[in-house]
Amino acid sequence: MDFNDTPEEAEFRAEARAWLAANAEPKAPGKVYKYRRGEPELIPAAREWERKKFEGGFSGIALPKEYGGRGGTRLQQIIFAEEETNYLIPPPIFSISHGMAVPTMLTYATEEQKQRFVPATLRGDEIWCQLFSEPAGGSDLAGLRTRSVREGDEWVINGQKIWTSGAHYADMAILVTRSDPDAPKHKGLTYFFLDMKSPGIEIRPIKQVSGFSNFNEVFMTDLRIPDSQRLGDVGQGWQVAITTLMNERVSSGVRPAPDFEDIFQLTKDLELEDGPAIADTAVREKLADWYIKAQGVKLIRARLVTALSRGERPGPENSISKLVSSFRRQEIAHFGMDLMDMAGGMMDPDKMPSRALYQQALLDAPGGRIAAGSDEILRNIISERVLGLPPDIRVDKELPFNQLPTGSE
Amino acid sequence: MNFDFSEEQYLLRDQARKFLDDRSTPAVVRAVLEDDEKPYDAELWQEMAELGWIGAIVPEEYGGAGMTGEDLCVIAEELGRSLAPTPFSSSVYMATEALLLAGSDAQKGDHLPAMAAGERIGCFAVSEGVGVANADSIKMRASDGAVDGTKIPVADGDIADFAVVLARAGSDLSLYLVDLTGEGVSRKSVETVDPSRSHAEITFEKAAAEPLGAAGEGWEITQAVFDRAAILMAFEQVGGAQACLDMATEYAKNRFAFGRPIGSFQAIKHKLANIYIDVELARANAYYGAWALAADAPDLSTAAAAARVAASEAYNHAARENIQTHGGMGFTWEFDCHLYYRRAKLLSLALGGERRWKDRLISQLETRNFTGEE
Ligand SMILES: Cc1cc2nc3c(=O)[nH]c(=O)nc-3n(C[C@H](O)[C@H](O)[C@H](O)COP(=O)(O)OP(=O)(O)OC[C@H]3O[C@@H](n4cnc5c(N)ncnc54)[C@H](O)[C@@H]3O)c2cc1C
Repeated sequence: MDFNDTPEEAEFRAEARAWLAANAEPKAPGKVYKYRRGEPELIPAAREWERKKFEGGFSGIALPKEYGGRGGTRLQQIIFAEEETNYLIPPPIFSISHGMAVPTMLTYATEEQKQRFVPATLRGDEIWCQLFSEPAGGSDLAGLRTRSVREGDEWVINGQKIWTSGAHYADMAILVTRSDPDAPKHKGLTYFFLDMKSPGIEIRPIKQVSGFSNFNEVFMTDLRIPDSQRLGDVGQGWQVAITTLMNERVSSGVRPAPDFEDIFQLTKDLELEDGPAIADTAVREKLADWYIKAQGVKLIRARLVTALSRGERPGPENSISKLVSSFRRQEIAHFGMDLMDMAGGMMDPDKMPSRALYQQALLDAPGGRIAAGSDEILRNIISERVLGLPPDIRVDKELPFNQLPTGSE
Repeated sequence: MNFDFSEEQYLLRDQARKFLDDRSTPAVVRAVLEDDEKPYDAELWQEMAELGWIGAIVPEEYGGAGMTGEDLCVIAEELGRSLAPTPFSSSVYMATEALLLAGSDAQKGDHLPAMAAGERIGCFAVSEGVGVANADSIKMRASDGAVDGTKIPVADGDIADFAVVLARAGSDLSLYLVDLTGEGVSRKSVETVDPSRSHAEITFEKAAAEPLGAAGEGWEITQAVFDRAAILMAFEQVGGAQACLDMATEYAKNRFAFGRPIGSFQAIKHKLANIYIDVELARANAYYGAWALAADAPDLSTAAAAARVAASEAYNHAARENIQTHGGMGFTWEFDCHLYYRRAKLLSLALGGERRWKDRLISQLETRNFTGEE
């Protein structure tokens, strides 16, 4: 075992550090990035940051040079992400673009399409959104109903997506549709990519708990997509969607705050009855629990790095990390506010510690436990794929899609 | 970055698992649990000595196997998995570590070869009864080369040949080596929630004692021994927790209710997924501890406390929910669930409870600056 970098890793880390130090502002206790998700200024700032990374050779680190990548390794990508967490950088506006769209395009698009779209995305010119979830297809994604009908060299799309993060600023999208309602639900799907400026798309923002509108409803009415923008075979959309979901970023550099370091600092700064909060036994117990979880997740990622560097496939690491981290964030937000006592509910950034980070996180954290695999779905995945327990009993697998029972919601 | 054991260490693990599957069966554990006259399995202990495990971290010049702390972690995980009813933790993680950390050449030469051969057993005596044992609370006196007072409970105190004893001489808190077979020592067994491990009350009346380590450094050395033992014990705990998860998963696949395996109910699936997550978090923290132990890393104390807290929580959680998954069967003496349930709790108290270690973890972290480097 060796938790120190190898000489090559150390060299890359030093290069990444030097570059970050020259191009970004370091994190400090209680400091947060200047724009939050939902603030319009964030988008150009995030594009600008991607372009900087691209020009510095730190975008698409593990992707081939011919598509604008660095031609490095996934290990280097993770090292860079680790180093990035020490800086104030934009929230992950590009995670769908880099973590889902690019790998799917590289697997299924034509050479010409790859050349056209991948470098542009890495450069920050093109942001992608993910048109997957629907009112009738969330956890049960294959319950989606948006229809695609072939007409010559084109497909005509009609239907509705929901919860589409960033649809209002995205340039491009990946889309799953139902092309054959007579087939069983997983077999009648077809997958496309498209320009979000195409005629027939209407975007309506949805106001979320936090008051911001980061996600949207997207209505598609007689939207036309050329058949050349189909990814995978007709009826193979489920397989392509799985590729997309499996490729969610191995590790995003940005963990949504507050995490252990933030609450640790807060407990040093805040005074309770008998001195600083951190001197209180109940507080220390909570801190210890969060530390072992935060540290455990960090170390589990180190195990992933080891597996990747040996050419092995990632295991259940991401499911564990996501489940543990999103829950911890919610707990930390609640606890931080408790420590602020009667004033804990105030939202005014000028009056609150860390510019009301805890209050904002309270209202944002529930989404983290639902998006990208809810707590329950992740526990199902772990119990079935890792522990080998039986799948849930299902009544929907073999029947034709149009004969499945539906609820009133 | 290489976050994994080596190929040789995996071989060692396979060898240990095979041996213990064969020699430390539930029947062997129960024999100790159910027989008041049998404090440990002496044959198993001898065989472990022959395999070189007891002297694993003892240097070759003292008759040991000269393995690394990481190697010992590999063995510890298997001992925990198989609930091996032996004084391994007392003699190896505690007494051996104390001698290696603080012993003079003469003391090492005197004890380590006999210990490595399994012929002499050591134990470590700190607690003096209910309540937190710390630098302020210790009452045991030392004067004129002898100690006076009572230690309770002392793990393996009834079978050990000598004890490392924490005692006070004037204002100095120091460690002493005491021959438990000598004059002035009386001991009786005390029952704990886990009778598969033996414990004693030891009363010392002018018992001859020889200083171990510098005078006045008793508490610091004890902490250092506890840090190292915490990492090794965390591996035992992870091994035990994994055994509980394996048992519960297997049972859930094969026990039917309402026409289907209980493992197809989400209440059970998610319970087991939660245990799995806790075990993986504990394993990750323990692995880091193993590295810190072998590398004598500057953050060894932090790593030890994190490993201990995570492993104690994971094992208690796994052992508790293993019984729940087994239903009424889990609550019977015949089923093995309670063996783990007992051991889980005992191990989480052995070096001091969770509250103490959480406090220690945060104290360690308070000495660091979180914005960047340590
Ligand atoms: C902040 C945010 C951003 C999002 N961004 C996008 C995006 O960009 N693109 C996109 O396509 N989608 C996006 N989503 C949608 C997200 O993928 C879905 O919300 C998620 O898959 C859950 O689906 P649902 O909302 O329909 O809830 P449901 O599936 O109806 O779930 C409701 C509850 O039932 C539980 N449940 C469902 N099935 C099971 C089961 N089999 N066993 C046990 N419990 C179950 C769930 O865990 C949940 O607690 C986003 C969601 C959020 C919150």
